[in-house]
Amino acid sequence: MMRKLRALWRRVCGTVDAEAADREFADELESHLAMHIEDNLRAGMSLQEARRQALIRLGGVEQTRQAYRERRTLPWVEPLWQDVRFGMRMLRKSPAFTAIAVVTLALGIGANTAIFSIVNGVLLNPLPFPHPEQLVVLHESKPNFEFGAISYPNFQDWQKSNHTFSSMAVSRGYYFSLTGMGVAEQLDGQFMTSDFFETLGVNPLLGRTFTQAEEQPGAGPVVLISEGLWRRRFGGSPDVLGKGISLEGKSYSIIGVIPASFHLVAGPLRSRDVYVPMGQWRNPGLTERAAGMGIRGVARLKPGVSVEQANADMARVTGNLANAFPDVDKGIGAKLVPLKEQLVGDVRPFLLVLMAAVGFVLLIACVNVASLMLARSTARMREFALRTALGASRVRMIRQLLTESLMLATVAGGLGLMLAVWGTHAGLKLLPEALPRGEEIGLDLRVLLFTMATSLLAGIFFGLMPAFKTSQADPNTALKEGGRGASGTRHRAQSVFVIAEIAIALVLLIGAGLMVRSLKRLWSVDPGFNPRNVLTFGYTLPPSMIHGNPDAIRAAYRSFDDALAAIPGVSAVSQSWGGLPMEGDDDTLFWLDGQPKPANTDGMYGTLIYNVGPDYLKAMGIPLQRGRFFNAHDDERSPLVGVIDDVFAEKYFPGQDPIGRRIVLDDRGRTMEIVGVVGHVKQWGLDADDAHPLRVQLYMAWMQSPDDFVGLAPSGVNAVVRYTGSLTSVSDAIRHNIEQGSHQQIVYDAHTMESAIADSLAERRFAMVLLGVFAALALLLASVGIYGVIAYLVGQRTQEIGIRMALGAQRMDVLRLMLWEGMRLALMGVAIGVVAALALTRLMTKMIYGVSATDPLTFSGVAMVLMLAAIAACYFPALKAARVDPIQALRSE
Amino acid sequence: MGGNKADVWQGTLALMVLKTLESMGSLHGYGIARRIEQTSGDVLSLNYGTLYPALLKLEQEGAISSEWGASENNRKAKFYSLTRAGRKQLQREARDWEQATEIVARFFSPAKEA
Repeated sequence: MMRKLRALWRRVCGTVDAEAADREFADELESHLAMHIEDNLRAGMSLQEARRQALIRLGGVEQTRQAYRERRTLPWVEPLWQDVRFGMRMLRKSPAFTAIAVVTLALGIGANTAIFSIVNGVLLNPLPFPHPEQLVVLHESKPNFEFGAISYPNFQDWQKSNHTFSSMAVSRGYYFSLTGMGVAEQLDGQFMTSDFFETLGVNPLLGRTFTQAEEQPGAGPVVLISEGLWRRRFGGSPDVLGKGISLEGKSYSIIGVIPASFHLVAGPLRSRDVYVPMGQWRNPGLTERAAGMGIRGVARLKPGVSVEQANADMARVTGNLANAFPDVDKGIGAKLVPLKEQLVGDVRPFLLVLMAAVGFVLLIACVNVASLMLARSTARMREFALRTALGASRVRMIRQLLTESLMLATVAGGLGLMLAVWGTHAGLKLLPEALPRGEEIGLDLRVLLFTMATSLLAGIFFGLMPAFKTSQADPNTALKEGGRGASGTRHRAQSVFVIAEIAIALVLLIGAGLMVRSLKRLWSVDPGFNPRNVLTFGYTLPPSMIHGNPDAIRAAYRSFDDALAAIPGVSAVSQSWGGLPMEGDDDTLFWLDGQPKPANTDGMYGTLIYNVGPDYLKAMGIPLQRGRFFNAHDDERSPLVGVIDDVFAEKYFPGQDPIGRRIVLDDRGRTMEIVGVVGHVKQWGLDADDAHPLRVQLYMAWMQSPDDFVGLAPSGVNAVVRYTGSLTSVSDAIRHNIEQGSHQQIVYDAHTMESAIADSLAERRFAMVLLGVFAALALLLASVGIYGVIAYLVGQRTQEIGIRMALGAQRMDVLRLMLWEGMRLALMGVAIGVVAALALTRLMTKMIYGVSATDPLTFSGVAMVLMLAAIAACYFPALKAARVDPIQALRSE
Repeated sequence: MGGNKADVWQGTLALMVLKTLESMGSLHGYGIARRIEQTSGDVLSLNYGTLYPALLKLEQEGAISSEWGASENNRKAKFYSLTRAGRKQLQREARDWEQATEIVARFFSPAKEA
């Protein structure tokens, strides 16, 4: 085997340096003959006879040479090499054609490779876990929430009673303040049950994961840290195990390091800095069966078990629980989502639309190059006719043309790959952070193979058609007519190409247009608050205050508020514990005062809650509709008051005045009087809010929160600051103000509300930018295509035009004639494109907002743009036609 | 080829070349051809030209190597010699060949088995 390969390689090499090898063999033969002749002479032959005999025994010099040459090279390589060399000469001879063709294709291939590398990284690559198909994400489905948080007691029962999972774990995201190691820092962390990493199949880089005993409340504090934190804070030192780390002012012993390869950007399994056993979470809600507490789960199916079987199993488990605990578990189910689906399900349609769009761009590029090849083959008609006349077979000529297009495609593929590398590099910065698995995007073997296959297919696609057409031409007519043999059929083919190009470009432009229109709609959607000039950031008190004296905590936050409000340029300040607009999703259950307490949670109502300060409305810019908002007197000593939004008022107090009405909160049975009604805030995003099942909103004065609740506050609440003047000077002043305090406080995650809104639209913006780029490319390529065809037609019809003008046609007539020629093609393309777009934009329904997929304004606007581009592309060749000098044109006949 | 001389059997030329080079050391193409003829007792009729593609094949496979040198008559000639891989190949193929001829021989002298 090795021997054969070696020989093959040597033969391939032999092809390259043919002339030197030929010479060397000639020398060898010569010496062979000389020696043989000498021997023959010695044997007594005449010189003539000696030579004759030697040649006979050799079997002929030429035959020997031929046999030797065939052995030295690969016989089929040589003509191919000839084709390539000839092709290179031809391509060099028309550098403009070559450049346009290569650049056109490279753009198409590069764009495809770039998008494919995204699709590959996000959708195709398997998740970085063993048997990822067995992994599912667990949610608790509730009457008003399909994907709700799981109550911890319920989870423990799920874990015990299921038959279809090999393991099941839950976790809860949590921010920990890291102190005692120089600059304090807010760490992204997670409380988790012990077999979380075992369920996923992630092994620690160092040390071990948690034991079941460590999961129990009251166990010794241990922590797992991420590879990132390990390198950042411990310099990657191997003796980190057993060291202490101070989280929330409490020392945890490090038992392991989790590798950076565990990185899922989105979803409940996002990678964190630190991982702490669930039992360390001092939250009373952990033992309440009715509480969700933001807990999410992950589970691994037993081998061979399907998601349907697991669903049925969990339906049985949750059904039993509903019977056992009817007051809290009625209507509660388990919702299983395959992990990959959970991570990428939302972006799949969006990526597929992009992939289709970029595929269209490549198609246009191919069509354009094919059209160029076809036009060029006119010029080469004579060459091919001559070769046919000299005995070249049709296959041989098709091969020649195919070689040329494959060469173009190969060069374009290489260039395209470079463009893609550069493009993804630039594009990744544009990439919305919300895009899951973004860090897994890159060039791998599959992407390279994709590029290669795309280039080759493109080469064959645009090479084959012109090759066939050209080789079909009758050599006699071609020679006789000086190269205008098959112009009729070629003209038709080119027209079809142009029509197709315009149709495809139209589809892309409409897609991009719909995105632009829907983004514009979204930007103008009123979010329910005024996002301009609002800065928000997370803020922690010193860790020693956690679970400390609630009065001291309240006082600390009040003085913090006052300090911020005193900063020049700050017009309103408020704390907010819980969700900020477009971000959080804290909810609570309640019932109306005067009604009996519902027998189970199923009968209660749900509302979003915001625990905020008196100036929240002013800081956030939410309009007050009736009654009043909170003031400084709504504090821990005064009766509980609440403010609802207009959706709440409409839903639970239709046609009545809600002011003065009372509701009972489920968590402690506290009764609250409603004192005001404010405008609704789009909590679930500008586009998704209306469709969300839980929209009603309730505001509480957070100083009225129960003491144990306030005890948790030092680990972080949000501050909302409305400012006038420049953002930098205000944020500098805030930072300065905080740094004056102790180094135990941390400010984190500062951003403006405008950027929060922008982020919520990032994915759409990304799609719009890319679709826009592709559509612009398509428009450009289609314009080049139509320009090429009209220019070619003008060249073909110069004599005809000359005759027309000699017979009295005016320049305007000629101009109109040629323009009409182009317009006809453009109109047909637009007509076909509109029909295709009507069918295809339906696929975009999920991506667009506020416009119909068949929006007439977009359709007609885009058609106009395309027609204008077509007119521009036709204009210059048409002008050239109108300037034809009839005498010259006729003389050249 | 006339008379009662036999053509070289398919596939054996390489083996003969290797064996020749093993016993003679380095040799040029003409020498190899002559030597094969002589060894066969002039029974084999060798078309000298066919030798060269065979030599090239062996060289491509790495069994022999070549080098320009001076012949016995002080003429410039290309000399072929066995490489280590070639020596191994020869041993292997010689064994195969012996086995093959032995088997064939058994068919023609069945008496011995009886």
